[in-house]
Amino acid sequence: MRTGNECKILVRGRIAVQLERVLMVSHLFRVVTLAVLAIALGTPAWAQIDFSGEWAPRIWEDAPERVPGPELGDYLGIPINEAARMRGDTWSASIQTLPEWQCRPHSADYIWRGPSQLKIWKEVDAVSREIVAFHAEWLRSVDRPVYLDGRPHPPEQAPHTWAGFSTGRWEGSMLTITTTHLKEGYLRRNGLPRSDKATIVEHWIRAGDFLTAAVIMHDPVYLTEPFMRTSDYEFLPTQNIPPYPCGIVQEVDRARGVVPHFLPGTNPYLIEFPRRWGIPVEATRGGAATMYPEYRATLRSLPPPPAETRAGNR
Amino acid sequence: MIGYAARLTASLAVAAAIAAAGASTLARAQQAQPAGAGDLQIVQVRQNIFLIAGAGGNITLSVGKDGVLMVDSGTDASADRVLAAVRQIQRDVADREAAIEAATRIKWGAETRSTVVLERDPIAPVKPIRYIINTHFDPEHIGGNLQLRASGRTFTGGNVAGNIADAAEGSAIMAHENVLVRMTRPDAGQSEAPADALPTDTYYRDTMKMSHFFNGEGVQLIHMPNAHSDGDSIVYFRGSDVIAAGDLFSTTSYPVIDLDRGGSINGVIEALNRILDLSMAEFRTEGGTMIVSGHGRIGDAADVAYYRDMVTIIRDRIQDMVRKGMTFEQVKAARPTLDYDPRYGNAPGWSMDQFVEAVYRSLRATPPPTTPRGRT
Repeated sequence: MRTGNECKILVRGRIAVQLERVLMVSHLFRVVTLAVLAIALGTPAWAQIDFSGEWAPRIWEDAPERVPGPELGDYLGIPINEAARMRGDTWSASIQTLPEWQCRPHSADYIWRGPSQLKIWKEVDAVSREIVAFHAEWLRSVDRPVYLDGRPHPPEQAPHTWAGFSTGRWEGSMLTITTTHLKEGYLRRNGLPRSDKATIVEHWIRAGDFLTAAVIMHDPVYLTEPFMRTSDYEFLPTQNIPPYPCGIVQEVDRARGVVPHFLPGTNPYLIEFPRRWGIPVEATRGGAATMYPEYRATLRSLPPPPAETRAGNR
Repeated sequence: MIGYAARLTASLAVAAAIAAAGASTLARAQQAQPAGAGDLQIVQVRQNIFLIAGAGGNITLSVGKDGVLMVDSGTDASADRVLAAVRQIQRDVADREAAIEAATRIKWGAETRSTVVLERDPIAPVKPIRYIINTHFDPEHIGGNLQLRASGRTFTGGNVAGNIADAAEGSAIMAHENVLVRMTRPDAGQSEAPADALPTDTYYRDTMKMSHFFNGEGVQLIHMPNAHSDGDSIVYFRGSDVIAAGDLFSTTSYPVIDLDRGGSINGVIEALNRILDLSMAEFRTEGGTMIVSGHGRIGDAADVAYYRDMVTIIRDRIQDMVRKGMTFEQVKAARPTLDYDPRYGNAPGWSMDQFVEAVYRSLRATPPPTTPRGRT
C-alpha cells in the first residue's frame, strides 16, 4: 500500500509523463506543420543552399590541361565528329595573336576548367527577398548571371555572349542550370570547337566547403554525344579576386587579312602527343568510343605511333 | 531656387521613368509578335534601333521623333506584316518617349495639381517611313520596297524638290548605284522592277552620308566593292554604334557570292575586315558595336571575326588547290569546308557545294592575293 506522499509522487509522475507526451506531440505537430508549410510555400527562388562566396579551383584533377593547357592533337575521350577533328587539326595557336582574339575570356562552359578563382554572389529582390540570380565571375571572365526568377530565354535572334544566357532551377539542394545564347567556344584549348548552337546543362552541387560543377555540353554541330566534365572548387573566404585588365596590342607584324591556320594535312605537331605518350594515333583522334572503358580492349589492338626518323620528320 | 534634394528627387524620378520605359519597350519588343505581324520577330538592338526578322532578309529600323528609317524591306509577300511590326515598334517607342517627356516636363504652379494638361494632349499620329536603304538587290531585301515606300513620305523642298510634282510621294529609297542598275536591267526572263520600287537616291563612290542627323544620329552608307555583289552597302548608325551588314555577314549560311553580279570571295573577306575595322568591343571583346546580319541573329565584332576567320581559312584552302591545278570536281571531293559544314552548310538555297563552287570560280577568275596565306 502506497503512502500519501508516494501517491502524490506517482500522480505527479503520471502528470509529467502525460505532459511530456503532449509536448512531444506538440513538437511533432510543429515540425510536421513547418515542413508542410515549407513545401507549400517554398518557391524555386528560395535558395536550398547558398553558393555565395569565394571559391578556389582545385586543379589537381586534370592539372596539365587546366594550367598549361592540353597537348595539340589530344582529342582522347571527347565525343567529337569529323568536323570538330578537322577544326582541331587545322588550328594554329597563332590565331590568338589576332587583335580580335586577344582578351577573349573562356566561355561559361569552359571557364570552370581554367585555373581562375571564382566569386559567386547572389542578387536578392529587395522586397520579396527571393533570389533573382546567382552571379558567377572568374578572374578572366565576364559576369555570368544565372537567373532563378523564371524569366524566359531571349529570342533566337538576340546576341550571343561568352557567358550565354542562364536560367536555374532547384533539384533538392542541387542547382540545375540551362545555358543558351553562347558564342562559339572550345571543348579544349587545342582547337576543338564548341559551336554557338550548343546548349549547356550544369549541376552545381555544394557539399560543405566544396563546390562541384558538372557541365554537360550538347552541341549538335560538333558533338555526337553529350560531353560531361566535372570540376571542383573549395571555399576560400580570404580570397579576393583582383582586377584583370587586358590590352589589345599588335603582337605579330603580318599582312592585313591573314588568319593563321594549317592547311589540311600539313600540321606537323599532331604526332607529338601520341609519340610522347606511346598512344596509338587512332586513339588520340577521339570520338565517342574513346570515352568508354570498353575502349581499352580496342587500344590493345591498335598499332603504336610511328617512331621519329633520324631526319627528325614528324 | 530648386534645392538639391528636390533636384535629386526629380533626377531619380526621371531616371526611373526612363529605365522603366526603356525596359518596358525592350521587354515588349523582345517578346512582341504584334497583331498583323504574324511570325515576325522583333529584337531591340539599341535604344532606337530594332531588328525585324522573319520577313526574308533581316530588316534594321531606326525609329523615333524623325520617323522611320529602314535598312532593307524584306520580301514582297511580307510587306503587310512588316508594316504592322513597324507600327507596333513606333507605338512602343512613342509610349516610351511620352513617359520620359512626362517625367521631365517642367511643371509650374497649378499645373502641378491638375491632369488637364495631360488629358487634353491629343495622341499624335506616328511618323511615316521616310527612308528605305537597300544594302543590295536580292529579292528578300528589296521585295518590300514598293508597298513600304507607298506607306511612307519624303519631306522635301528647297533645292531638292524643284518642280517635281511627286517628289514627296512615298519614302526615299537609298542604295548604291549598282542596285539601281541591276533593278532596271534584269536578267533574261525576269521583269524590270516597278518604278516606285527603285532607289530614288544613289551614290557611286565609297560612301554616302545622310545630309542630316536622323533620330539623333548620323547615318552613313559605306560601299563594299565586289563582295556579295557589286552593289553592296553597309549602313552605319554612328551614334547607336550599330552596323547593318546586309548579306556580307550571316549567322545561318556561308556567304552568298553572286559572281554573275560582281561578287567575289576576296571582296567578301575585305568587307568583313572593314566591318571589323569599324567595330569596337565594349569589354572582353564582346558587345560594343552591334552588327545586324543579313540573315540570322545579331552579332558583334567577335562574331564577325569568327565568320571572317572561317571564310578566310576556306578561301586559303581552295586557293591552295587552285594553285595546284585541281579541277572543281577535285576540289569538291577534297571537302575543303568539311569542318564548317555542320554549322553553315545546310542553309536553304545556298548549299556547301554552291559556296565551294563560287569560291573556286572567283579565285580562278582573279589573280591570287599577294598577301601570305596559311600559318604565320
